[in-house]
Amino acid sequence: MASTDLSTGRTRPARPSIDALGWLRENLFSSWLNTLISLVLLWMIYELVSGLAGFIFHAQGWSAVASNLKLLLTWTYPPDQLWRPQLVFGLLALLLGLSAGVWRGITLVLATGFGALCLIAALLALALPATANQVALQAWQMCLAAAALVLAGYGGSTAARERLRWPVVIAWVLLYPTVILILRGVGGAMPVVGSNLWGGLMLTVLLSASGIVLSFPLGVLLALGRRGNLPVIRWFCVAYIELIRGVPLVTVLYMASLMLPLFLPGGENIDQLVRATVAVTLFSAAYLAEILRGGLQAIPKGQAEAARALGLNMFQTTLLIMLPQALRAVIPVLVSHFISLFKDTSLVVIVGLADLLGAAQGIVGQPQWLGTPGGVWRETFLVIAVIYWALSFTMSRSARQIELELNIGKQ
Amino acid sequence: MATEARQRTATPFYRDSRSIASILQVGFAIAVMVGLWLLYTNMMDGLRRANLLPSFAFLTQPAGFPIAESVIPYDPTMNYGQAFIVGVINTLRVAVTGIILATILGLFLGICRLSNNWLLRNAALVYVEIVRNVPLLLQLIFWFLLTKAFPRVQESINLGGLIYLHNRGLTMAWPEAHASFTEWTPWLWAGLLLGVAYYVARRIQFVRRDRPGIALPWALLLVAGTALAGFVATRLQTGDWPVVLNLPELQRFNFTGGLAVTASFAALLIGLVIYTAAFISEVVRSGIQAVNKGQREAARALGLTNGQTLRLVIFPQALRIIIPPLTSQYLNLAKNSSLAVAIAYPDLFYVGSTINNQTGQAVPVILMLMGSYLVLSLLTSLVMNWYNRRIQLVER
Repeated sequence: MASTDLSTGRTRPARPSIDALGWLRENLFSSWLNTLISLVLLWMIYELVSGLAGFIFHAQGWSAVASNLKLLLTWTYPPDQLWRPQLVFGLLALLLGLSAGVWRGITLVLATGFGALCLIAALLALALPATANQVALQAWQMCLAAAALVLAGYGGSTAARERLRWPVVIAWVLLYPTVILILRGVGGAMPVVGSNLWGGLMLTVLLSASGIVLSFPLGVLLALGRRGNLPVIRWFCVAYIELIRGVPLVTVLYMASLMLPLFLPGGENIDQLVRATVAVTLFSAAYLAEILRGGLQAIPKGQAEAARALGLNMFQTTLLIMLPQALRAVIPVLVSHFISLFKDTSLVVIVGLADLLGAAQGIVGQPQWLGTPGGVWRETFLVIAVIYWALSFTMSRSARQIELELNIGKQ
Repeated sequence: MATEARQRTATPFYRDSRSIASILQVGFAIAVMVGLWLLYTNMMDGLRRANLLPSFAFLTQPAGFPIAESVIPYDPTMNYGQAFIVGVINTLRVAVTGIILATILGLFLGICRLSNNWLLRNAALVYVEIVRNVPLLLQLIFWFLLTKAFPRVQESINLGGLIYLHNRGLTMAWPEAHASFTEWTPWLWAGLLLGVAYYVARRIQFVRRDRPGIALPWALLLVAGTALAGFVATRLQTGDWPVVLNLPELQRFNFTGGLAVTASFAALLIGLVIYTAAFISEVVRSGIQAVNKGQREAARALGLTNGQTLRLVIFPQALRIIIPPLTSQYLNLAKNSSLAVAIAYPDLFYVGSTINNQTGQAVPVILMLMGSYLVLSLLTSLVMNWYNRRIQLVER
């Protein structure tokens, strides 16, 4: 096995520059084995790419996706109320852009990724045929707006940055309840939209965001309880965390959808989305607790001791000294956790919700595509796979970038 | 006077951290118990009204539903308990096969990620980045629908007469023992004994000489050679091969002979293996890269070949880093097998939810489901922790 390079790459000294032929010889055809591998791979890549291109250009089901963009993005949300999800999207973009301007660094990485995605989506929306429905058009306006906001936030002056810091923090805290309020409505100009009408990408993002936001308090308490020195509380936390981490999310969802109505009086009226949110929250809290515990463990003992020596009590030490440092250390892991939640929320189709995957299944099952040979599932699933992939990939790249920046700070 | 003063300044119980701790814990325990009790009584009230008091009595009643595939004999007249066991075995079947295959594919991909061939390295990278950023459920449904898009059984895709692909899954040739198998078994035992004896003797020799060497391939060759000799000898003796390949044959409606793999099982296995292998390859790659570079240089300086360096120096050290995250990938695979419900593979979860639909016994069924998954997770981590302890560095 001469083809295994075990060096890490980063510590390699700079090599003299070589021409294209030399590069090819060194990287693809350095030995007969490498040559063979390269040729076989080239052939496989050619077959794959030509097959995929052939499929993309000859498939007949693209109209199923193009005419159903609204279903994929928001499912059965009332068409005349679509400005509400769009408002939410704009709010999120605004906040991300402002945060990027205020803090630079990590938030800027996230906002840049977000803005790039928006731009790509806007270009795709432009490329859609002129006959495409209004939703797509509005979507690209939103995308352009978002990209502009992100840029505007970055351009903010230093003085504005100082003044904006606290308002932005407060806005983030209020974002989740505001979003729920806007989507659900209060009557009047914003009639109530039952959560049975929510779905599509909107629901996927909402569920995974709930998994982080709502489970945060519970996760912090569990992590502190597990690290504390009160045996009864520690046992309880350990039991909870290990129980949840030992079973699949499907069983937790199933339990929530079957048992919640039993546990609470009048629980039959709890709608399916709330049940799924409770399940995702309970599930995510156990994992969050473990992530935070890792962060807490990474803090040098001297920090807590110094805080106590300065006269801070236990709550102040935890809240002002330990948690902020732990949180900062685990941001990359938190983003990874959010990515896996984002992918895992597709499981809610099993309890009957129509998230992005459920919406795709709904579109595939529409009667007007019965005549299409082979059905439209390939095209539809390809599109949602690309959506899932683009979002997860951007987030994981951001997490990598954040990790690098945090490490630079440490050195 | 002095004792009085000390008594006056003694910490009152509500400021003593020890008694605060006790009070806090007792309060917490009471709160948890009251909460659980409230939920429990609520649940029991509701169930009593619905006349569905939880009991495990249903386990002995006839199940009455068919299960598409089962390793142990099963038919609808058997009881719910047996149906549940069929589900457990089906989960174990896909989890164990999946773990083995995902490890092999993941190891291979992890080594590809470190290849000095630019194309191979980046092809593996693209594979990993695509697969792990798309939800597993979506991938499973994709594979399942893909198998459904295959031609009908009568028009199966024939791969060399050994494997037939069709919309019900695949049928493949499978070895089958013949009557003369019993004559062959002594040869197998003899081969195994020889191999083990050779291996042990060589290892002792290596330890005595205090130098590395290769024993396992030769031992395996010895086992295989003896088995093969016995194979031919049995044929000459009885005029009948002890094991023959049972080739599938297409009848009017279905295949006879061979091994039939259902579309659900195939899709689930392929999906789980491809998904988990992407994560395992990352674990393997970072494990190998984490081994100190000086180790490799020292090994080369001592005159070990590249292969020996990898096998004797790098890999044993990388394994220590790899095992803990690998364990959590195994656990993920076992838990993810519950997604089988979306593609109608009768695993634990699928059978459990069917039982619940029929009997309405939600509470016992959920307890059984969660219990089974917990035991499965616990067993996996026990085995892996035992292995981890065995290979950890013994500090001298």
